[in-house]
Amino acid sequence: MPAAPESAESSRGGGLIGWIDQRFPLTSLWKEHVAEYYAPKNFNFWYYFGSLALLILVNQVVTGIFLTMNYKPSSTEAFSSVEYIMRDVDWGWLIRYMHSTGASAFFIVIYLHMFRALLYGSHRRPRELVWIFGCLIFLLLMAEGFMGYVLPWGNMSYWGAQVIVSLFGSLPYIGGFLVEWIRGDYYIADATLNRFFALHVAALPLALIFLVIAHIMALHEVGSNNPDGIDIKKHKDTQGHPLDGIPFHPYYTVKDTMGVAGFLLLFCGVIFFAPTFGGLFLESPNFGPANALQTPPHIAPVWYFTPFYAMLRAVPSFAGTQVWGVMVMGASIVVLFFVPWLDRSPVNSIRYRGPIYKIMLAIFVLSFISLGVCGLKPPSGIYPTVAKVCTVLYFAFFLLMPWYTKLDSVKPVPERVTGHA
Amino acid sequence: MLKSSVLITIVTAALLLGRAAVADEEGGIALLKSGTDISNTESLQRGARNFMNYCSGCHSLKYLRYNRLATDLKIPESELAGNLMFTSDKAFDTINSSMPKDSDAWFGKAPPDLSLMARERGVDYLYSYLKGFYVDKTRPWGVNNLYLPSAAMPDVLAELHGLQKPVFKNEQDERGNARMVLVGADAMTPGSMKPEEYDQFVRDTVNFLDYAGEPVKDKRQSMGIFVMLFLLVFFVFAYLLKKEYWKDVH
Repeated sequence: MPAAPESAESSRGGGLIGWIDQRFPLTSLWKEHVAEYYAPKNFNFWYYFGSLALLILVNQVVTGIFLTMNYKPSSTEAFSSVEYIMRDVDWGWLIRYMHSTGASAFFIVIYLHMFRALLYGSHRRPRELVWIFGCLIFLLLMAEGFMGYVLPWGNMSYWGAQVIVSLFGSLPYIGGFLVEWIRGDYYIADATLNRFFALHVAALPLALIFLVIAHIMALHEVGSNNPDGIDIKKHKDTQGHPLDGIPFHPYYTVKDTMGVAGFLLLFCGVIFFAPTFGGLFLESPNFGPANALQTPPHIAPVWYFTPFYAMLRAVPSFAGTQVWGVMVMGASIVVLFFVPWLDRSPVNSIRYRGPIYKIMLAIFVLSFISLGVCGLKPPSGIYPTVAKVCTVLYFAFFLLMPWYTKLDSVKPVPERVTGHA
Repeated sequence: MLKSSVLITIVTAALLLGRAAVADEEGGIALLKSGTDISNTESLQRGARNFMNYCSGCHSLKYLRYNRLATDLKIPESELAGNLMFTSDKAFDTINSSMPKDSDAWFGKAPPDLSLMARERGVDYLYSYLKGFYVDKTRPWGVNNLYLPSAAMPDVLAELHGLQKPVFKNEQDERGNARMVLVGADAMTPGSMKPEEYDQFVRDTVNFLDYAGEPVKDKRQSMGIFVMLFLLVFFVFAYLLKKEYWKDVH
């Protein structure tokens, strides 16, 4: 932007900051993204999860670095090195539990963050790219979580990897080759562990961090949505600041600090009192080392994958291949990317939408949770039927969206935001 | 605030539902409640003694060091060597068994390392298992186990608790045919310990294995209380700070 050089120069103070500002846009970055980023004043509870996701990302990176210092990515040493961290490394147990609990917390927070978008229409024009970057982050996070789960080289790590990697084998023609290429061997082995380590600690975190930056930059370009789903930039004061906006700092930095305190109470409650969370965050079979000759009695992925795993299992194989289930599972993620264009409602926020959207969203949430439970259970009894019904409902929420959002009644949308939290 | 607590409740409920879903998978005979207490140091000391006397010949604790055990269980190192270390190991060594490499030929399966068995199978399972041996002449060691059918391990604690005989119940299967179902075991011959004494013996041993699975567990929980107290105070201040700053937002 060819701004007047004089005015830009005059805004630069002296001292160290001034010296830096003449060489790097420190103050202007700070102002643009924090001190003078005007966010709507009516953010409610649902708006904590963005900053919490960032906090967990930092937690995972920092604890991950320290874990890497003592972890050994080899099939003969990985399991023992994790126990070494748990027992012999000073505070190793805390670092490891922060990392393992952080993984589950990441998914809880991200699921709630995405749900917030569905509540208030945060994915809609002009924030489609914010949403797409977010979906890519979610996709990479799943890959990151999966590969991280393999690293302790417990028996569930091994068999989980075996099941997930062999999914690619169901693809026609290239399947067999693809599986070998991913594993780097004819079975899940040392080579697999090594490359998963490389991807988990270098490639994927790098890509994740770039995408998070893109996500935030895209958001700050168009401005944050709010629970009323209305554009706060339509009403500005004489200085050009939105009347319903407040600077992110200090208002939302202090508010998010409170959110962080509340989150840490729950997070540390798990770390210190229930780090395995009853076998849900750290599964019991994973306390036994990887054993190619001993299949666990029941292989279930970690809880955050179970809704998708349930969809995979819900689809029967026909024409002699299981590829349909894999395609349905893939489609359940891909369909997320299209939500901004599937939603045809004239309003953004659920506050001004009619009953149909509310009912559909409630059904969607219930079926997603039910799928999660089905994915944890062995496929017997009523679970396969529940999983089939819920898979249909999951897709109905998205694929019927263009029609029911149009049909739905709407309430009049206010000009200005209503209240503040 | 109301909304947030409702949400936290829903998320917790969903997670607990998942937890229950994981828990109720195991079929077979219901496990006994072990009633272990990781903060009971005396119980852990007795458990360590039991383990060294009855288990360590065959089972290792390859992730637990003798001196770590001594420190955590408040056993002076001078007593450690005489009372708990029966091999030529040094105090900083991990607890290895005397089993040779080919021991799988003796039992059909090498005796597993028990460092993480309590974490893998749970304390209730271990407690039940050690109380679950019954006489079964068809097995190589003359005993079988209620909780691990066809167990490869002999009943090494038989001299303490005596022998048990299996109890069967007559049932009808789905086609109406009569069949016998194993439902439990009854005392047959007395051992050197009274039943309550043996229960406590097993409880102490399992408690020690729980400790061996995660030596920091007790410290982690007691430390956690202070962490939570700190965070509560931090939350109050964060809340007050937020209120102060937001006074001028209308």
